[in-house]
This record gives sequence, C-alpha cells and structure tokens, in this order.
Amino acid sequence: MIETEAELLTRLQTNDKVAWADFLDLHSPHVYALALRLMKSEADAEDVLQETFASAYKAINSFEGRSKLGTWLYRIAYNAAMMRLRRPDAETVSIEDTMMAEDGRLIPKQLFDWCCLPEKEFETDEVTDKLEQAVRDLPDKYKSVFILRELEGLSTRETAVALNLTEGAAKVRLHRARLHLREQLSPYFTDLAEQGGYNA
Amino acid sequence: MPNDKCEHLLDDLSFYLDGKASEAVCAEIERHLETCQDCRVVVDTLNKTILLYRDLPQPSLPDDVRSRLYQSLNLDEFVNRADS
Repeated sequence: MIETEAELLTRLQTNDKVAWADFLDLHSPHVYALALRLMKSEADAEDVLQETFASAYKAINSFEGRSKLGTWLYRIAYNAAMMRLRRPDAETVSIEDTMMAEDGRLIPKQLFDWCCLPEKEFETDEVTDKLEQAVRDLPDKYKSVFILRELEGLSTRETAVALNLTEGAAKVRLHRARLHLREQLSPYFTDLAEQGGYNA
Repeated sequence: MPNDKCEHLLDDLSFYLDGKASEAVCAEIERHLETCQDCRVVVDTLNKTILLYRDLPQPSLPDDVRSRLYQSLNLDEFVNRADS
C-alpha cells in the first residue's frame, strides 16, 4: 500500500525512526543534487545536505502541510545554501549580466545554429560537464529556479513556493535562465560544429 | 536580434517552446520565423538547450555522504537496509 504524504508526516512528527529513514531515502538524493549545483564544492554540498535534514528534524512539528514535504525541504536547502554562500538574499547579488542591454533588455548575441551537430557529439562526458558548469555559472536567482523547475522537475507553482516567489516571477526567471544557458553554451557548440566541418 | 519585433517575441519563446503560448502568439512567432533567420537560430538552439538539460543525468549521492547523513540523524541502523 502506498503511503500518503499526510501519513508519512504523522509518522515523522511522532519521531518514528523508520519514517525518518524512508524520508531520507526518498528526498536526500534530490536535496544533494540541488546542493551540489548551488555550492562550489562537494564538501559544502554535504554540509547543506546535513543542515537541511537537521533543520527539518527540528521543525517537523511546526510543518503544517501547506506544501509538499519535498518542496518544503527544497526551501530549507536553498536557504541553507544561500546562507553558506553569504547571500541571504540572492536577489541583491550583483552579477554582470552579459546579455543585458543598458536598458535591461535581454539580447541574444550567439547566432550560429549548432543544432546541425550529430547527436553523438552531445552525448559525451565533456558536454555533460559543460552543461553542469553553465548551470553553476548562472546568476543565483536564475540558477535556483532552473534547477528546481527543469532539473528536479517541480511544477512552476512548487518552484515558486520553494523559493518564495510569485509564479510569474518563476516563469520569467526560468525563461531568462534558459536564454543565459543557450548564450553560454553556444560558443562551445559552435566550435565543435566548426571543427567537425558541420555547416549550419 | 536586429529589430523590436524580434525582442518582443523573445519574451514569449519559453511559452512557445513549452506549448503554453496562445494560438495567436504561436501564429505570430511562426510568421516571424519564416522571414527572420536570427530568430530561427535562437528558437532552434534554445529548444536544443532545453532538451539537453532534460537528458542530463542527476548527480548521484555518494555512499559515504549518505552514510554520514544517516549517522548525523542517529539512523545508522538504516544505512544499509536497501542492500539487505
């Protein structure tokens, strides 16, 4: 029989050790993936992981079930990561926005069509590393939305709840994250296409 | 991105690629793409970027990190239960 969230929550709140082990089994890989992508090292990601579940353990009795447990955990993890990065409010961090015109408009500059590359060119470990690095290089406010929405598969609403944003803001940030990533990755894929003699 | 039309459509591209844009917006974008090669490249490479990330493998939780997490919550006895 599949346990509901409400049933699991009841067991967690009565400090049932099996329930806590179930909870860790279910959510720790996702929290670690988020932490690893937000932080600069595996050690920092592990600290965020442990801090997240320690905080959840302390706060579980005040959790009212207004969001999913997973969404609540992501929120704790994100806040823990931002505190460790000394960025309690990622919104205020000043990061050069390479696509931004002086009046705030986003303008794509990479205009080579690298979709001509054969699929096998996208299936290498080097490409995987490039994709991960490009996410790490995103401005924080875009990175967190992109990870939760696109890589962790949360809905727009769940992403907004986890990050304390409006749904509209989450949609705008997701779009900008995607545009940033396209811009960051295009020079690499353009080089691959040119070196391989693939014409757009 | 040479003109205002391109920049105006840029804001709607994620909705378009996610299949969430209105019929009117889809039609407007598709009309524009017939004549604007730069926007066609942006749409195609943006779509490919999204698809590449959807196929990106999830980083795995190393066994030693998992063990230390269980230990930190006094759940050592459950660390290896998946293997048993």
